[in-house]
Amino acid sequence: MNININVNDNETLTEISVSGEIDVYTAPKLRETLLPLSEKEQVDMIVDLSGVSYMDSTGLGVFVGLFKNVRAHEGKFKIIGLSSRLQRLFEITGLADIIDISSKVEGDVK
Amino acid sequence: MDFRNMMESKYREILVNYLKDGSEQALYQSQKFSRNSMEDSIPPEEIVSMHKSLMIELFPDFTPEMQESFDILLEVMVGYGFAYREHQNLKHIQQELRTEMEIAANVQQTLLGTKVPSVEGLDIGAISVPAKHMNGDYFHFVKDENGSVSIAIADVIGKGLPAALCMSMIKYSMDSLPENRKSPTLVLENLNRVVEQNVDLTMFITMLYGIYNIENHMFTYASAGHEPGLYYNASEKEFTELTAKGLLLGIEKTTKYRQYEKEVSPGDMIILMSDGVTESRTEEGFIERETLLSLIEKNIHLEAQAIVHNVYKELEKLQDFHLQDDFTLIILKREV
Repeated sequence: MNININVNDNETLTEISVSGEIDVYTAPKLRETLLPLSEKEQVDMIVDLSGVSYMDSTGLGVFVGLFKNVRAHEGKFKIIGLSSRLQRLFEITGLADIIDISSKVEGDVK
Repeated sequence: MDFRNMMESKYREILVNYLKDGSEQALYQSQKFSRNSMEDSIPPEEIVSMHKSLMIELFPDFTPEMQESFDILLEVMVGYGFAYREHQNLKHIQQELRTEMEIAANVQQTLLGTKVPSVEGLDIGAISVPAKHMNGDYFHFVKDENGSVSIAIADVIGKGLPAALCMSMIKYSMDSLPENRKSPTLVLENLNRVVEQNVDLTMFITMLYGIYNIENHMFTYASAGHEPGLYYNASEKEFTELTAKGLLLGIEKTTKYRQYEKEVSPGDMIILMSDGVTESRTEEGFIERETLLSLIEKNIHLEAQAIVHNVYKELEKLQDFHLQDDFTLIILKREV
């Protein structure tokens, strides 16, 4: 399975970086790794997708789930590092209007 | 006589022959014997036990130590026997599941079945092909009394069985909202509330709902995060995107949808699709939108149904006949 998930979880910030392909085969692993993290009260979560070469709608489903979970726990959720193809996916689905996304990697998050 | 009754004499024959002349023939027969035993669900420890009794009978000087050594082998084989029987059971269950899945796929076909309506002045083509057994894509046509047609095209994210079940729920809710059919935004807003209440966290639905008014040839539509459609202008020979903004169904309870209008000139086309069309992948990468446009253009002189069919066939070929995602393509062509 061609996916790598890096989690840096500390008191104030949960940083996640994903690389590889997110599709129907790798999405379950992504979901199992990230959903528990999103259940923390007032979590501040940043997901960096700059290493993601492909994502299909199943992958999008994982992020929708994450977003809803974080919101239900009054946390913050942000996605960074979107390629233009992924950016389009978030725009078509209207998610770009409700999820904080940014196409550039900010600061020195790797 | 069945295998079990004659298996001892059969085994004796193979063993005796082999011990006499060491022929390959006996080895071949023992392979066949093994296949027959499996077909008859003979556990491996039973074969070992049979071997032991035959050895005692054939060789009177077979020492007690040698005899007892077979007890160890027997014990070891018992474990294999369990694993084998479990395997048989699972194979059986798998077969049952496959059959059920096929039945479910048929039920879905019937439940979601929709006929492409025949409308004077409008040529309609539609194709929907699932990547697996169950289709997560969905389209639905309704022709109303004054001849106008409403079209829903949707994609449930999440694949396979759960997605298909969800689709059936959507179809059911659509059928129970007939009074709203005249307004795409109302349809989407109502469905959004249904989905928001019922569907699990990571599942969602995209839908484009449109009404083609046959009297003034106005196409009114709204989109819930669905792959944008295309408009083909026949006199300019040009494609443009049918812009529509709107959030996926099932994310926020109070989402409002915007309505858009497009006047369709004679010979022009409305093209609607699922993301299985634009997300088609080949070994080398994505099939770009330009490829899709050129495929449509190549077939543009044909009837709508022939266009969608040919485009599907060529995209399927580009993907090596292995669909990655459910594929749906609908074309509405205003007749000249």
